[in-house]
Formats: sequence, structure tokens, C-alpha cells
Amino acid sequence: MNALRRNVLKGAAGASAVAVAVAAGLLKPTQALAAAPRSAFEAKNVGDAMKDLGAASPADSKDITIKAPDIAENGAVVPVEVTSAIAGTTMIAILAEKNATPLVADFSLANGAQGFVSTRIKMGQTSLVRAVVTAGGKSYTAAKEVKVTIGGCGG
Amino acid sequence: MHMNRREFLQLLAVAAASGMALDSKSALAGKAPANFYEVPRHGNVSFLHFTDCHAQLLPVWFREPNVNLGVGDSYGKTPHIVGQNLLKAYGIKPGSAEAHAFTYLDFQEAAKVYGKVGGFAHLKTLVDKLRAQRPGALLLDGGDTWQGSATSLWTNAQDMVDACIKLGVNVMTPHWESTFGAERVLEIVNGDFKKAGIDFVAQNVVTNDFGDQVFKPYVMKEMGGVKVAVIGQAFPYTPIANPRHMVPDWSFGIRDDGMQQWVDDARANGAKVVIVLSHNGMDVDLKMASRVTGIDAIFGGHTHDGVPQPVKVKNAKGVTLVTNAGSNGKFLGVMDFDVRGGKIQSYKYRLLPVFSNLLPADKDMDAYIQKVRAPYADKLNEKLAVTDDFLYRRGNFNGTWDQLLVDALMEVKGADAAFSPGFRWGTTLLPGDAITMERLMDQTAITYPQTTLTEMSGETIKTIMEDVADNLFNADPYYQQGGDMVRVGGIEYTIDPTKTIGNRIGDMTLKGKPVEAKKTYKVAGWAPVAEGAQGEPVWDVVASYLRDKKVIKGVKLNTPKIVGVGKNNPGIAAYDGSYS
Repeated sequence: MNALRRNVLKGAAGASAVAVAVAAGLLKPTQALAAAPRSAFEAKNVGDAMKDLGAASPADSKDITIKAPDIAENGAVVPVEVTSAIAGTTMIAILAEKNATPLVADFSLANGAQGFVSTRIKMGQTSLVRAVVTAGGKSYTAAKEVKVTIGGCGG
Repeated sequence: MHMNRREFLQLLAVAAASGMALDSKSALAGKAPANFYEVPRHGNVSFLHFTDCHAQLLPVWFREPNVNLGVGDSYGKTPHIVGQNLLKAYGIKPGSAEAHAFTYLDFQEAAKVYGKVGGFAHLKTLVDKLRAQRPGALLLDGGDTWQGSATSLWTNAQDMVDACIKLGVNVMTPHWESTFGAERVLEIVNGDFKKAGIDFVAQNVVTNDFGDQVFKPYVMKEMGGVKVAVIGQAFPYTPIANPRHMVPDWSFGIRDDGMQQWVDDARANGAKVVIVLSHNGMDVDLKMASRVTGIDAIFGGHTHDGVPQPVKVKNAKGVTLVTNAGSNGKFLGVMDFDVRGGKIQSYKYRLLPVFSNLLPADKDMDAYIQKVRAPYADKLNEKLAVTDDFLYRRGNFNGTWDQLLVDALMEVKGADAAFSPGFRWGTTLLPGDAITMERLMDQTAITYPQTTLTEMSGETIKTIMEDVADNLFNADPYYQQGGDMVRVGGIEYTIDPTKTIGNRIGDMTLKGKPVEAKKTYKVAGWAPVAEGAQGEPVWDVVASYLRDKKVIKGVKLNTPKIVGVGKNNPGIAAYDGSYS
């Protein structure tokens, strides 16, 4: 069944064309998603990026869950899932704090949508992965460390 | 050395009489070795567990470490206790057979008295004996079974697959198995294993694309009318510690949310006993046991800790037992549960050392092993050199075997320095033993054996050493990968394991001069994890070195100066360098 699902999806090339274009760097995330200003994606540090997102000083929240590996298997494609249990979540942004441009993705959610996003991000080095959520005009945040290691030498 | 039991007992008497470090009362009178393997059954549900045998089909020597430091909350706790401290913690008599099995103490003398350990023909005899008293007992293989010897490499793991089928393995989970490539693993799992009824389980291996389970997460069995579940936990960092390109489509990780889900699923399906067969490594298992609820016992491996009794770990809903069953075929874990009224009432655990002199070889298994080795006999037995030194590998920082490898790499490659991975497998040689090709392959038999010579800046060298040190000494077990520190040839250094990444390594010197961050050094190494690496296999490089030397003598162990761990740390003793 899984093999069938895979083949069906492979066959339906059109369905994944957008994702492929993003992955190949043809589209910048801003063009694909267009939720945050371009300046936020170009910001060189977390503070500036959050300011440009309109979330300059978010409150720490336990209602945000970040699912990401403790150690990345491949820094080029680190799977990250963010779940926001905060009512009325309208935006979820993901930042890799030590990337040259920390803001990796920004999703705007229609009111009433489930606060859940799943994507893959690129990380150059060990860093906190931070999620920033806005809901009801307020902003919230949580972070998890993802280690990027040289590899090898395992017992 | 091959002895029958009578000769062995005679030698034991002679050894004791000649004043060797033996407790003569326990070794000769009372608990004589004759009843060493009398383990009466307790209860009605039993598991036999071996792990990390590293493809050693024949009996070997294997020395346990004298350095196994615990950091953070693990300081001084099992499994981070060595030597006398371990004996004291578990009430083992110094000089006894168990003391020899569980520690490095007086290794050379005791090895001569107690003989070699492991070997599948001897293990088979023990398994059959225990099973006869425990109808329906399951034999669990914790992984690192297909890799570690010349014959497993040269037969593409087939020698071990057939040996495990003959041994009667019921359930297995992987680590090094994956280094034969995803395709070969699936071929065995869906072919020989399926035919033999062996379940290959791993809840934490999923496809990269959709997160589908690659293997069965768990298997349900029935023993004396009691439903038991065995959940598999593969080594979580396989694609990081070993080459990613060998399992390109699989994602691993610890996934304790997945573990919780499968434990709950097994319970909902009627399991009264839930076991995890794990290749996490003991520190990771201990943490997982504190977070995931509903597991009765985790039978662990990977970190090669021979732990005499389970550690009881409390969590939100109860207690989970965590074991670790050593390596290289030295031990067989025996767990008996008394299950009544749908619940475990009590347990009894033994980690039995497999002394080949005390267990006659199973004839059928012995014949199989001889047959599978026969085509390679000339290659295996080629005598490369004789060692006057005691050669072992295990320990957090270095071993004489690894020193020999880095010495060979530096000399043959003309390098300033050399790195050798901190593997925990690899057998031991006593002074006077021949170094045959087979013994060299015990240290090097992997599917990515290329040697490399790389120009590295001093800064890069430090970064690599810091990275590996963090894989070993990160205070959070979930960031530990379970190997030892990279073995370093040529460069002396100081390490503080208690610090954080970037701050552990200092005072790096090469031939007495400080290693300069911007200066370039020639560094030899082997076992590259990147795809497409080229280079002569490490065994060829070292074999040419050994043939040239003929006699190995005076290997000088490069031991880092250790700071921050304390003089009275129970995880270190008889260290060649300085520590504080």
C-alpha cells in the first residue's frame, strides 16, 4: 500500500511541483508563503527577524511543542514539526538561531485552523530551533536544541 | 589454549596454590565451577539475551575497561563504575571467575586461569541447557551481531545469519547490521530470517519520506499462556555515527513518543509483560526508562557494559528494569519473571559469563563454524607479527590496540597525527600471542575501511576532537552516541569531560610544541562516513606495518591528561596518565 502511495505521488508530478521548486531554490520562501515581510527573512539575527515578524518580545509558552531530532541526521534537511495549542493561532514561524539568516519559514493560518506545521529546514551548525506563534494579537515562543555533528566514530 | 574441564580445574588449583590473585575458597571449594551454570528457573516467563557479540563465532579474550567515566547525573553510577568499585557495588568476590568476567583486574593472569570467553558453540550449549528448564523462553539478540570479524565481512554477514538461526534466536534489533546496506538488511529480514521465524523489530526506524515503519515495531508472543510483547529499538544514531549513504531512505532517532505509543498499543492488545530490546546504549536506556511508562524491562546493549544486575528506574507510572549485557559473546542475560494475575510479581536476573572451558562445544554448531571458516583458513591464520605487549581496545580514551593502529597509520602514511574511531568492539591479545590477520580484522572489519590522509588546520583538529568528546560526554544522555573518544596518535592533550562542547580539549601539543590553530598538519585516519571516500583498506596498511615489525613491543599509550573528574571517581582506576 505504501509503495502504491509513493508511486501515485511520484506520478502526480504536478502536485509536488511547488515543493520541488522551493527545494531547488527557484522560489524563495517569501514568494511561496508570503506571510512575513521580506526583511524578516533577510535579517541576520534572531532579534531583528522577530521584530520584523511583529513579535519583538514573545512570551515563553509551554503550549508550543517542537518536534525535531536531538541530533540531526542530515543538517541539510532537518524535519521540524511545530504544534501550537494556543487558541486562535494565526501565525507559526520557525527560526534556526545560528543560521546566517535565522528565519527559515513563516506560516499564516486562517482563523480556526489547527496550529500545526511540518517542514524540513537547513541548519549549518548546532543551534536552538525556535518557534514563534502569534495568537489574538500576542506572540509566544518555545525552543529546542538540535545538534549538528560531524559524524563518525560511533561504537 | 584448549582444555577439558578436568584440566581446567587442575590448573585452577595450581594457580591458587602458586599464590595468584584468586580467592581460593570460592574458586576451589564451596561454589565450585561445576555448578556455575545451575540456574534454577524462577516463575513462568523467561528471556535469554545476548548483545554486541560482534560476529565472534569462536572464544576470545576480552578485557573490560578501566576508564568509563559518567558525567552529570551519571557520575559514579552504573554503568560508570570500574574495577574494585564494580565488585563492591555488586558483591562480587575479588579473584573469582565473575570478577574476571566483569572487570579488567589482573586480566592477564586471570585470563590464563579462566580461559577464553564466548564462542557460539559454547553459547549454544548454554542456551539449550537454560531453555530445557524454561520451555518457551525467548532468545533475544540485541544487535551488532553481523559485524566485527573477518568472516562476517567476507561472507556479507551470512556466517552470522546462519549461526543465529542455528542458535535459535527469536527476536532481533539492529545497529551495525545497517552497514551492510539497507538492501542486504531487507534481504535477510524478508528471506532467511522470515523462513526461520526470526522477528526483526525496530520502532524507531521509519522512511524518510512518509515516516512509515520500515520494520515491525514489536512482536507479540505467548509464553505459558501469558502474552508478552518485545519492542525493538535500533541504535538511534546509525546514520550519524555510521555512513548515512548506506541507509539513505531511513530515519532513526530515539523517538520516545513512538515508544510510548507502541507500549500502549501492546498493552491494549493484551500484553502482560512488555520488553524493549534496545540498542540505545545504557545511559540512553536509563533516561528513556524514566520518561516512557509501561515497560517492564529494557534489555540493552551498544555501550558494551557488563552489568551484573538490572538498574531499577522509576517513572510516572511504575518501575522499569534496565540491563546491559556486555559484548563479544562474553555474557548471556537470563531474566525470569513470575507472572500471576496478569502482573509481574517478582523477577530474577543473572548475567552469566560464557566461559568456554566450562561449557562443552555444541557439536553441530562447532561443525558449522569450522565449515564456514574453512575457505578462509589461510587468510585468517596468516601470522603478521607476535606481540610482546598486552593488546586491548576498550576504555574511554585509548587502548594499546588502537595505539598500534594509529602508530601504523602515522608511520605508513607519513602523517603528523592520526585518528582512529572510538569503537568499543575488538578482541584482546595476551603477551606472546600471535597477531594473525584474523585478530587484526577483529579491530578493523567494517564495510567502509578506507584510510585517508588529510591536511587539517589545528583548529579543525580541535573541532573534531571537541565534537567526538561531546558525543561521549554530553551531560544529556540523549545527545550521546555511545562510542568512546576518538583515539589520537601524535597529539597530546588535556580533557575536562565535565565542560561543554568547545571547552573540553586543551593544551594540544605535537612533539612538545603547541598545536597552532592556523597551521596545517597531515592527519591520517580511517572509517570515513562520507560517500565515495577512496583509500587503501586499514587492514592492509596495518598488516604491512606488522609484517615489517615482526615483533610488537613497547607500544606507548598516548593518554590525555584528564581534569575535572576527581581523584576518587569510581569510573576510573589504574590509569596510565594523570587525572584529577
